[in-house]
Amino acid sequence: MSDKKIPNPKTYKFDTLSLHAGYQPHKNAGSRQVPIYQTTSYLFDDVDHAAALFNLERGGHIYSRISNPTVGVLEERVASLEGGTAALATSSGMSAIFLTVMTLCEAGDHLVVSSQLYGGTVNLFRLTLPKFGIKCTFVKPRDTEGFKKAIQKNTKGIFGELVGNPGNEIMNMPEIAKIAHDAGIPLMIDATYQTPYLCKPFEHGADIVVHSLTKWMAGHGSSMAGILVEGGNFDWMQNDKFPTMTKPYEGYHGLSFAEEFGPTAFTMKARAEGMRDFGPCLSPQNAWNVLQGIETLSVRMKKHCSNADEMVKYLSNHESVAWVSHPNVPDHPDHELAKKLLPNGRGSMIAFGIKGGKDAGVAFINNVKLASHLANVGDTRTLVIHPASGTHSQMDEATLKFAGLSHDMIRLSVGIEDIDDIKNDFEIGFRAARKPRLVSNQ
Amino acid sequence: MKFEVNGNEVFASTGGRPFDKNKPLIIFVHGSGLTHMTWVLQTRYFAFHGYSVLAVDMPGHGLSSGKSLKSIEDMADWINDVIDAVGYKEASLVGHSQGCLVTVECTSRYPDKIKTLSLMGGAGAIPMNPELLELAENNDPKAVDLMMDWAHGPAGHFGGHPVPGLYHINTGGMLAKSRTIKETLGVDFRACDNYKNGFEAAKKIKIPTLSILATDDKMCPVKEGKKLADLIDGSKVDIIDNCGHMMLLEEADRVLKVLKKFITTNYPPLNT
Ligand SMILES: Cc1ncc(COP(=O)(O)O)c(C=O)c1O
Repeated sequence: MSDKKIPNPKTYKFDTLSLHAGYQPHKNAGSRQVPIYQTTSYLFDDVDHAAALFNLERGGHIYSRISNPTVGVLEERVASLEGGTAALATSSGMSAIFLTVMTLCEAGDHLVVSSQLYGGTVNLFRLTLPKFGIKCTFVKPRDTEGFKKAIQKNTKGIFGELVGNPGNEIMNMPEIAKIAHDAGIPLMIDATYQTPYLCKPFEHGADIVVHSLTKWMAGHGSSMAGILVEGGNFDWMQNDKFPTMTKPYEGYHGLSFAEEFGPTAFTMKARAEGMRDFGPCLSPQNAWNVLQGIETLSVRMKKHCSNADEMVKYLSNHESVAWVSHPNVPDHPDHELAKKLLPNGRGSMIAFGIKGGKDAGVAFINNVKLASHLANVGDTRTLVIHPASGTHSQMDEATLKFAGLSHDMIRLSVGIEDIDDIKNDFEIGFRAARKPRLVSNQ
Repeated sequence: MKFEVNGNEVFASTGGRPFDKNKPLIIFVHGSGLTHMTWVLQTRYFAFHGYSVLAVDMPGHGLSSGKSLKSIEDMADWINDVIDAVGYKEASLVGHSQGCLVTVECTSRYPDKIKTLSLMGGAGAIPMNPELLELAENNDPKAVDLMMDWAHGPAGHFGGHPVPGLYHINTGGMLAKSRTIKETLGVDFRACDNYKNGFEAAKKIKIPTLSILATDDKMCPVKEGKKLADLIDGSKVDIIDNCGHMMLLEEADRVLKVLKKFITTNYPPLNT
């Protein structure tokens, strides 16, 4: 068949979706911008309408803990960008992860989890979930076979960050997805560091994607938000591992989410049960702030990545730098896999070792002026932190090593400032970092 | 629920309520390559309001076993078999797209059994774009992408799903990809393309009939839908602005409102 004859679908593409998806102005008084529906609740037409909404007979809004029109635009927009069927936005990235796990698991269940995760997520899986009777086995992200070996009879899913933090080790997502699917369980990916601009995990076999929207998606360091997105391809009815998805649910007149909602069943359950009972809803104002950020996602991510590439080169050749970790560094162990999974750019998180160890790290952080010293990533502004003296200062050498950290490590989230200004600022930091050594050498 | 028709297991959603043989029966028939899930924003309402509902998965589709039926005529007979299999003497039919061809043919074949007919995005014939047909028969996922493009109007393309958080095009696409494309969409498209009896069948229909059409429907344009409706005595037509072929989801509330009035008037519910 000649390809010429076949028309291409004219569905909107990424950059258009990031501006328009999920919203129709003519249904909102012609308002070109998405309105902020600052309300807790929504009028019912009559008692029949009220009952219909509560019984999930009709779509619509009841109460802003469950859903809100502004938040709904954000949910559809992210679902469209990820290539997912449905999404549920939450008050933070952590609550999105928690809700995902609580929608999937019951007491007595088990998860296989990558060991290189954001610290808050590690604590959730290591310390908090066991309190709910959910146990986890941690596997190093590059140990693909290890994920397979760790699967038990009661394992309900695999969870990981595509590019681990802070070591930048990459999970072989297509292989690990296959392992999960062979075991009849879903793969859940935290794609906060990539955003759908760099990687759409559903295209590589993931089943659920979560984001801390707080980071690059919102992009401006202004608002907390999270989201879970459903790929729609996972068959919950293939085995008897997911009774809360497949069996009649008492909370909704014996509804079976998988039967009734198929490719959107997970999101429907997360909302109907999780939002109702846990309630980590996103405020409409914050949803709007995130939407503003997403409008320029492509533009920003391009600049984040090109600045990061420049910084990798600059740091790799710098006399004060002992090592640089970023998937773009040619001898990074996952350099090739990164090119395959992240063709549009490898992200703007860099870790590097500063010569002179902990003292040099402290001096660097205390002297940079443009780079902001704080506990966040994915701001439009350049951010730095020295874990050994700040977030992880209680840890000894061995514990630091276990967490993938070292005394000399500086974590850098590259912003979109002029690259020369970032480098000039770093020169000030490096000069200060060299000073203590010069003094002690005399 | 699951039951048997001609030795094959069939799945039908009962709209979230137990199937109750005392209530009048409405059968919902989905479009090419799709499943019972396209009806979720109509079926649950009727199930909660005095009807027994069966949103069937056609053989070989969704959760039903067996092979896809190869002709619209076979599908029409199969709907009749479904009515028999669940122990009913009569039913109301609701069809979408290909489901309209099926329900029109079924009504003309079994005039005493079918009490009302509701058609959504219907036409007397659905000749297929040859390239689209070829793609589907070759199991090419591009067939689904093209169908999702053409089947959705502005609501589908921009979004604004009646159910918060759902994204139309990807949800529809996932439904159409849930089984092997050539065995569902490929067979269905060929059956639609082959079916020539729609206008003749329509002339025989004497029961209350409703057609819901949409101005932005590229698969079954309003003009085609009207041509069919004109052949059915006293049939009602409702046209939705700014909406595509997937009106049952894109404008679910409007469709439900019109459907509700039509069915409850012509085929009253059991008031419990
Ligand atoms: C990869 C990753 N996932 C999840 C989170 C948690 O998100 P939030 O801070 O929005 O709760 C973070 C926060 O730093 C993160 O970096």
